Amino acid sequence: MTKPKKKSEMLYFALRNNKLRVGLTIILFFLVLTFVGPMLTHYDPYDYVNPNGAQPPSSEYWFGTTMFGQDVFTQFVHGLKASFLVGIVGGGLGTLLGMLVGFIAGYRGGMVDEVLNTLTNIVLVIPTLAVLLIIVAYLEVRGVFIESVFIGCTAWPWAARAIRAQTFSLRSRDFVDLARLSGMKPWKILFTEIAPNMMSYLLLVFILQFGGAILIAATLDFIGLGPTNAVSLGLMMNNAVLWGALLLGVWWWFVPPGVAITAIVGALYVTNVGLDEVFNPKLREM
Amino acid sequence: MLLAGRCLKKMLKLENVSKVYKVGTFGGKELHAVSNVSFDIEDGEVVSLIGESGSGKSTIGKMILRLISISSGAISFNGIDISNLKGGALKEYYRSVQGVFQDPFSSYNPIFKADRVFRIIREEFFPEITASEWNDKVERSLRAVGLNPGDVLDKFPHQLSGGQLQRFLIARALLLDIQFLVADEIISMLDASTRIDVLNLLADLKSRGLSILFITHDLSLGYYISERALMLYRGCVVEMGATEKLYDNPLHPYTRMLMASVPRLDKKWEEVELELKAEQAEVTSGCVYFERCSEAEKSESCEGHRPPLIEAESDHFVACSCYAEGG
Amino acid sequence: MSLQVENLTVYYQTLRGDVRALESATFTVADGEIMGLAGESGCGKTTLGHSLIRLTPPMRFVEGSVTLDNEELPVWDMGRMNDFRFKKISIIPQYAMNAMNPTRKIGKMTSELLESRKVSFKTTLPELKRRLDLVKLSHDVLNMYPIELSGGMKQRMVMVLSALLDPSLLIADEITSALDVSSQKAVAEMLVEFRDREFVKSVIVITHDISILYQIADSIMIMYAGQLAEKAFTEVIIHAPRHPYTKLLISSLPKVGVKYSEKRLTGIPGNPPLLLDPPIGCRFRDRCPLAFDKCVEVPPFIEIEKDHFVACWKVFEENAQA
Repeated sequence: MTKPKKKSEMLYFALRNNKLRVGLTIILFFLVLTFVGPMLTHYDPYDYVNPNGAQPPSSEYWFGTTMFGQDVFTQFVHGLKASFLVGIVGGGLGTLLGMLVGFIAGYRGGMVDEVLNTLTNIVLVIPTLAVLLIIVAYLEVRGVFIESVFIGCTAWPWAARAIRAQTFSLRSRDFVDLARLSGMKPWKILFTEIAPNMMSYLLLVFILQFGGAILIAATLDFIGLGPTNAVSLGLMMNNAVLWGALLLGVWWWFVPPGVAITAIVGALYVTNVGLDEVFNPKLREM
Repeated sequence: MLLAGRCLKKMLKLENVSKVYKVGTFGGKELHAVSNVSFDIEDGEVVSLIGESGSGKSTIGKMILRLISISSGAISFNGIDISNLKGGALKEYYRSVQGVFQDPFSSYNPIFKADRVFRIIREEFFPEITASEWNDKVERSLRAVGLNPGDVLDKFPHQLSGGQLQRFLIARALLLDIQFLVADEIISMLDASTRIDVLNLLADLKSRGLSILFITHDLSLGYYISERALMLYRGCVVEMGATEKLYDNPLHPYTRMLMASVPRLDKKWEEVELELKAEQAEVTSGCVYFERCSEAEKSESCEGHRPPLIEAESDHFVACSCYAEGG
Repeated sequence: MSLQVENLTVYYQTLRGDVRALESATFTVADGEIMGLAGESGCGKTTLGHSLIRLTPPMRFVEGSVTLDNEELPVWDMGRMNDFRFKKISIIPQYAMNAMNPTRKIGKMTSELLESRKVSFKTTLPELKRRLDLVKLSHDVLNMYPIELSGGMKQRMVMVLSALLDPSLLIADEITSALDVSSQKAVAEMLVEFRDREFVKSVIVITHDISILYQIADSIMIMYAGQLAEKAFTEVIIHAPRHPYTKLLISSLPKVGVKYSEKRLTGIPGNPPLLLDPPIGCRFRDRCPLAFDKCVEVPPFIEIEKDHFVACWKVFEENAQA
């Protein structure tokens, strides 16, 4: 029985998968907001615009203002930008490092595998918080970019493990043997035979890294280890709690960023599950 | 390298080849997948390597193809030791020696079209060839294996049948003008009616000068196609020689057991009492078949002594202490 | 008559339509008969075997009737079939030996299996032990985990379990494929023992390996592309087949004693049809050297001589002339 060509079959299922549709819509919504948002507001995030201090959402200040009279909506859309940046740079770096280590360990095996495994385990076990505290103490100014790089450099181990396992199993397949019999060099085999076979898997890894990076950044910002002079969703929540917004009922300060983080990361995970169903026919609801 | 004074060249020669794997925690124990195997294959000859699972036959095939490293011993091709070739020299070796494996669907990268395997050969071995020359070459190869180019080019693997895929792989090997082919159980996953076609193809290629190592567990296939055969049990060669002599007069207890137990279409099973035992432990010294050998055919000396291959009659060798003693 | 199957038709539901995997199968298996069911991949033998006992989606029952020991088997109703499964009809599925729960000792697995069928493990234990002796498995096996047994031992264990409640019909689906040669012989001969000792009344042995069937089967039924082609006693199928497909198939099998240089065997050119939209009439006609215009009608599966059934217009024609 012939199957329809793989690409169009996947597209067919992709377009019909509810989880994928919902997840992608939510992410797209926030992404658009990131670009469009700053155009909708003419304030700066840290401008003291409202002399009356904390005020609930109104027609002038859509998300209300903070204790210091800053426009929450402006902070929000700029914070979104920072979060997406962290996701792409941090998540992307983590995926790339994971791929590098995972591919090499999985393909070479033997001693190389042992060494890389040990490296992976060490990085996994390092208390990143402690390291970050030390780094923070030495760097006077910290930007979103540095934070992303740090996240990327510490989040790759689990990706490396997963990719190594997949590479291991693909390497023993006959078509890899056939490529070796054709005199192909190992790097070429990795990138032209093995990696393309894992495309769906690598995509899923990236999505999870993306979501994970946003969460980690939010946590770091929340406890004050984030960028010093930028605005991010986590930082907003940090400030809100710091200045007693919880006690004083200034909910419009911390609810939007909290909801946004939850929604974006949640949507990413749901998209992940949806993609899994698309790529793996056995999981589809028939 | 010419071997002066001989009419038949020994193309492929294995001398005391062994493969040992380190297993167990911290690599403490050793698994002897192949132990001291020696044989040779001449120009234009088909040799069958017959054994069940765990006999080491695929391991030998992969060592010849240099997909697995050789633990000890030497394999030479046309006089050159290929055991440690690397890089450019290894690639040159692959111009003369290729392999086809058991599972036709696993041999192709499922996300690409099947003729990508041809493209890879072109990129690696014929980078300068023109498009029209290449197309001619491809067409000739496909016709040589009995495939119609229009039916099989530009298709995904799942759109072709197992038989077509295996022939495609043989065509790929022919693009290189190889001298020697390792065929590792290449028809065991095919349907009965297509098996014989691929088998006939191998025989045709042999008559045109190709040497083939035919690895199989099926005795009747070995008989159909090869002049010489080797019986492998747990990594050791227990009997070898001309196919007819092996089949008409099996000398080793394992060969005899195999002949008696294989279901055949020309005669019914004999009343042979077979004792079935559980998985055996690794045997490092002594006869490798000792545990399963029937009482009537073995003696105490077999347990401690690993017999070498001795010539029982012209072109018929057996490795059995009892045979050597009894005569 | 032990098993009577009439017009059994089963399709597979897929997104692209129904795959007509089994078309109007009509045959009988007598009491005490070991019938081999052979054919190449995609011929429908596994579909037939499974539809007799476990017709689950994506399989879809279209029509037909199955009668075992004069009692109708409601094969289309999974729930009602529960009363028959394991007790009157049983199956040794393909890969069964690998499907044993690795975390359960074999004895525990057996008792759970029996209890789920409301059969007491205690009362069955003596018989179980007798059967283990018969298949040359020590009673210690009940205290072992599946991983401690070899392939042949696991297969024999599964055989004992499947036949434990003395079913009338036992279906064995490719039980020898994954075993080495000596285990194959033992397992195949055990199947005959079960029948000889009347643990089971009849057996259907599904396999692609016709040489095994030659050794143990009383009769062989050959299938092609979802249709029944021929059924006869083993000797007749092997030495005097009538259906063109059977003839070509048997003659394409290498035998010990036949060399390429002496006698070149030939296969069957072409490929089996796709069953999503199969050709009308006899599905072998595109590859059949004897096809003629009548073949666009489906040939019925009828008895041309005692206990010899064929579905081929050419054969009917030859018989009519003879």
